[in-house]
Amino acid sequence: MLDNNQLLRFTTAGSVDDGKSTLIGRLLYDSKSIFEDQLQAIENTSKKKGHDGVDLALFTDGLKDEREQGITIDVAYRYFTTPKRKFIIADTPGHIQYTRNMVTGASTANAAIILVDARHGVIEQTKRHSFIASLLQIPHVIVCINKMDLVDYSEEAYNKVINQFEEFSSKLLVHDIRFIPISALNGDNVVNRSQHMSWYQGAPLLHTLETMHISSDINKVDARFPVQTVLRPQNDTHRDYRGYAGRVASGIFRVGDEVTIMPSGFTSKIKSIDTLKETLDEVYAPMSVSITLEDDIDISRGDMIVRSNNKPEPVQDIEVMLCWLHNNPAKPRAKYSIRHTSNEQKAMIKDIVYKINIETLDRNTEDKDLKMNDISKVKIRTTKPLMIDSYRENRTTGSIILIDDTTNETVAAGMIV
Amino acid sequence: MSKYYLNYLDELESEAIYVLREVWAQFDNPVILFSGGKDSILVTHLAKKAFYPAKIPFPLMHVDTGHNFPETIKFRDDIIKDLGVELIVGSVQESIDEGRVAEERGKNATRNALQITTLLDAIESNKIDCAIGGGRRDEEKARAKERFFSHRDDFGQWDPKNQRPELWNIFNGKHFEGEHFRAFPISNWTEMDVWNYIKRENIAIPSLYFAHQREVVWRQDSWIPNSEFLILEDHEEIVTKKIRFRTLGDITITGGIESDADTLEKIADEVSGMRQTERGNRSDDKRSESAMEDRKRQGYF
Repeated sequence: MLDNNQLLRFTTAGSVDDGKSTLIGRLLYDSKSIFEDQLQAIENTSKKKGHDGVDLALFTDGLKDEREQGITIDVAYRYFTTPKRKFIIADTPGHIQYTRNMVTGASTANAAIILVDARHGVIEQTKRHSFIASLLQIPHVIVCINKMDLVDYSEEAYNKVINQFEEFSSKLLVHDIRFIPISALNGDNVVNRSQHMSWYQGAPLLHTLETMHISSDINKVDARFPVQTVLRPQNDTHRDYRGYAGRVASGIFRVGDEVTIMPSGFTSKIKSIDTLKETLDEVYAPMSVSITLEDDIDISRGDMIVRSNNKPEPVQDIEVMLCWLHNNPAKPRAKYSIRHTSNEQKAMIKDIVYKINIETLDRNTEDKDLKMNDISKVKIRTTKPLMIDSYRENRTTGSIILIDDTTNETVAAGMIV
Repeated sequence: MSKYYLNYLDELESEAIYVLREVWAQFDNPVILFSGGKDSILVTHLAKKAFYPAKIPFPLMHVDTGHNFPETIKFRDDIIKDLGVELIVGSVQESIDEGRVAEERGKNATRNALQITTLLDAIESNKIDCAIGGGRRDEEKARAKERFFSHRDDFGQWDPKNQRPELWNIFNGKHFEGEHFRAFPISNWTEMDVWNYIKRENIAIPSLYFAHQREVVWRQDSWIPNSEFLILEDHEEIVTKKIRFRTLGDITITGGIESDADTLEKIADEVSGMRQTERGNRSDDKRSESAMEDRKRQGYF
């Protein structure tokens, strides 16, 4: 691995039979990320279940119940590395009842892989995955048209799927869509270029993942620093030290920058940017540092340090695309705790504007129930202002979760409109 | 103009520091679970970074099986002294003496499962609400579905089917009295990442990780070190080999590998060519297909 190698997180969503597990198995196997004892364990299980040969799909199911039922229930994280990048796969189930897990996996992803069976073309599930990728603003979407071996590697079949996809995806907000014809089973265009599809001029999947430009995936314009905790060492060398510990959510801060503390509105200048290893002149997302200021100001967890010439909006009424994650449905006008970066307040869902049918993308303004896996546009009022950006511009300062104080469970995740 | 992106190790480091600071901010009484193994040493190193220039604001906790590599204990005590933090020890021997648990019998007896009781007792008696561990998702299939902030009920149990969804980097550590959390700051690191980072930062680790001439016996496909706890079978014999350990657990169950890797560079090179997972040499994981999941459900690390 080289020093400047980056980390790319991608999500794969799919059901049992669209080849998702085979594709992941192929990526891991061909990049030599499956160890012999893991392979041995899978071989044993394959034999026990009476399968012919080794079922690579078994590598991707983890928990006892999942193995017994042959399905994926929860998000599983997989890792592999090539000489160019480190990859984290958020492997999520594709069925509608697991929408919440797809949303979870998508929330941190740079890229989404959407699998389409070349024989069946775009189906409801394809639309669902694409909608979630768009809703969660995954910067790059790769549509893999799989099982090309079963349609004689036909360019016509491939183009037909692309046309179908483009027809419905025009309604979605995805900036970077690519199409790759593959056969996960035979390895065509996964790691190695296919010998059967000379008409395809693009790169295989792995090469695409290794080279796509991801440095711009994080907002580098709006400088935002949510304070996690305050560091006060009280030792001889740092007697009066008061550092604000946090991770830069977006943008760039430099020593000497004029900053404003939200929500108090006090202003100061950055005195130093510290880490154990060194003192820095500038810091950018997603670095974790300690920042000190020229002036003594009362700052605590939940406050946000921003550049004075570019401030987020402090608001108490927000519109949110909300995904309900819990078995207990939303209680109308009930109070929840809302978490936004390191800030926590109380909040109430005031109105459900519409609910989205995630298979047809139709909006339903009549149905006012929020049940598990529902995605709705809602109006929320908070007890104190949150310092927000729109999710479209900033995935960190544009996202929230709701917590039910009676159970302490996370019940919803929202993207600020 | 500088580049405005992080390399993968810097991004993993920043993520881990972020998680450690969230733990400190969201819990009243966290501890780092310190075993003396490389992963807990790494977590401790990252905690030092997270709170610099202040010292680590919470104790380290060691669940002492009594079946330690002697070197591990010395290493632990040196780190504690260097950091100036408190050490809490939960003793499996005491749990046995108090009749809380019973020693396993037979040739492959270990105190591995016994640790669960000691760990949960220590968490309860010290009123710990978050135990920070060095678990990684690449280690084992049940761990692949673990959260950064992982909820435990008031029996210390993990319910894999009822985990809190974790979106973006917003962690929910809210809990009721008596419940606790486990936090895993290095969830996204692989064994290779750990070694590359230890090499880059030149972090001190016990010499057990480096190849030395050691007395060992061949058992269950790996080299088990000679110790006062080892009971030899008739057909077994002690031999001297150049051995190093990929993981450090109980001395009775941690298998070594034959190796010439006696520097961090050589270890990193060796690990990058490995064809077996590091837990492949741990007999505790070989007991059944869901050995780890079963122990995790009960409250294991």
